Amino acid sequence: MSTTPNSVQHPARDGARRSVRRRRPAATAVAPWLLLTPFLLVFLISFVLPILMAIGQSFTRVERRGLFGEEGVTSTFAWFENYRLALEDGSFLASIGRMLLFGVVQVPVMIALATVLALLLESAAARWPAFFRAAYFMPYGIPGVLATILWSFLYVPGLSPIIDVVHSLTGVEVDFLSSRTVLWSIANIVTWTYTGYNMLIIIAQLKAIPSELYEAARVDGAGPARIALTIQLPLIRPALMLTTVFSIIGTLQLFAEPQLLAQVAPAIDSQYTPNLSAYTTAFAYNDYTVAAAQAVLIAVVAFVLSFSFLRLTNRRS
Amino acid sequence: MSAAADAVQGDRPDVDAGTDAGTASPGAGAATRRRRGRTILVTGVLVVVALYFLVPVYWVVVAASKTTDDLFGTHGFLFAENFALFDNVAQVITHDSGIFLRWLANSVLYAGVGALIATYLAAAAGYALSTYVFRGRNLVFGLVLGGVLVPGTATALPLFLLFSQLGLVNTYWSVLIPSLVSPFGLFLCRIYADATVDRSLVEAARLDGVGEIRIFHVLGLRIMVPALVTVFLFQLVSIWNNYFLPLVMLTEDQLFPITLGLNTWRSQTDRLPEFYELTTGGVLLSVIPLAIAMIVLQRFWRGGLTEGAVK
Repeated sequence: MSTTPNSVQHPARDGARRSVRRRRPAATAVAPWLLLTPFLLVFLISFVLPILMAIGQSFTRVERRGLFGEEGVTSTFAWFENYRLALEDGSFLASIGRMLLFGVVQVPVMIALATVLALLLESAAARWPAFFRAAYFMPYGIPGVLATILWSFLYVPGLSPIIDVVHSLTGVEVDFLSSRTVLWSIANIVTWTYTGYNMLIIIAQLKAIPSELYEAARVDGAGPARIALTIQLPLIRPALMLTTVFSIIGTLQLFAEPQLLAQVAPAIDSQYTPNLSAYTTAFAYNDYTVAAAQAVLIAVVAFVLSFSFLRLTNRRS
Repeated sequence: MSAAADAVQGDRPDVDAGTDAGTASPGAGAATRRRRGRTILVTGVLVVVALYFLVPVYWVVVAASKTTDDLFGTHGFLFAENFALFDNVAQVITHDSGIFLRWLANSVLYAGVGALIATYLAAAAGYALSTYVFRGRNLVFGLVLGGVLVPGTATALPLFLLFSQLGLVNTYWSVLIPSLVSPFGLFLCRIYADATVDRSLVEAARLDGVGEIRIFHVLGLRIMVPALVTVFLFQLVSIWNNYFLPLVMLTEDQLFPITLGLNTWRSQTDRLPEFYELTTGGVLLSVIPLAIAMIVLQRFWRGGLTEGAVK
């Protein structure tokens, strides 16, 4: 945080205002907490407590006595038993590996596309930039569920005009839903949804570049490509880092797209992504403690990846 | 300091975007020609990319205007002779005694009310963190900042366990309460308040005997409006698009938001082909207001989003 907070505790300027000043310390001590409390209360309920509960659950063993647990349930401290179970589950590990592969390909492609589009739209060469900006951003307003329903219709043989068009042009029968292609069909949906959003963040930062810099570069005879490489790209680095970190976190959270596509793509199993895996463990197997361990592991992986990305990019500069 | 600079410069007018490239001085014919070539090339690329983003939406318009037979019997990108759009829309609205409108209303409730309250709470907290110096300030800020990085779906499962103990599962509250908090919004509000709320103005109000809470409502909220618009839109979209939380929390279809509702229709297409028309019609009806909203609102969607990126 580089912003400097401003102190409210100004030295007294005027003795006549002493009566006001005497009341002030009490008011300024209470006011921030009055303003903070509503937010903190909801934050406590929907962030802090669930996270603490998940961590607690992940270290708990629940034993049910009797056939359906009707003779009572006991909880004991299980050390790392649930984590061992989660990590011994080959499908869960495979789902994390799958998301790493997904992220290594999809995130750079999307960020690169967003950057190129932002640079093109902000260049003087682009016609109707407002229209294109709106068109690219529009999918962001379409929920992932609806985007997936839309694209799934475009993936299903018999319904999809894309398959028909490709077939009539090249004679190749494309299968968007086979075990080898379906991951990239999901990547396409994610890219379609979020490229415009990331582009807008980058454009916001491009607009903040002082115009004197451009003028100086033009005086020096730099062309559009050189300006992009030496001025724009270095200066939009913070926006690129922000969008990349958000994309990494988003990748590990992938849920709606594979869950919905699974209805038409048998290649997607109930543990295709880490989140799908945790959801299945919790609601299909009713194994909340192992599901909690999986949720904690997903969050830890997201943290580690985000921070190592930030460390890596910071060290290089 | 660049955070503050960004916030202030968020509303800079376009420097050169959108102006025609034909302002070169006379005599520079080659340069003008080269520039025109560049314009054609760049615009061509932009058109191709626009096709990619717009084709699925075009497809759903076409598909929603077909009968179930035509949906499978005619080419997907061409309108059929039998234009059934209005029949389909009527069917979507009246099916199951108007459940679609109920889902739409639920979504508007969750997203509208949730985003409004979340913005107010984030504004109050962000303003407090920016304006006052008090013990625990950095702790609170750091804690909330950590919340930005926690995957939303990681909290949904334990939240379900917590709410089931409180008896809140399968109620409006179960989706509404977690929607009221926006760590990202607090972050943005604090930085914006740092850059824009004038200390001497706050001090002057104090000397006039205005109470602290009133200063926030009269002065702080008004100054922070540009950031609040961004926070509101961001939260609105994230609640509207949320699927995992309502999926985990809700079982009764009367409480479903539009995302969950349309998915239940979609999952019935395997057995009952007429649900194809209901689903495509429903998707069209719910995509149109969102697409229009995005196009209209995207110009407000700046001056704020990048503040979060500054290290």
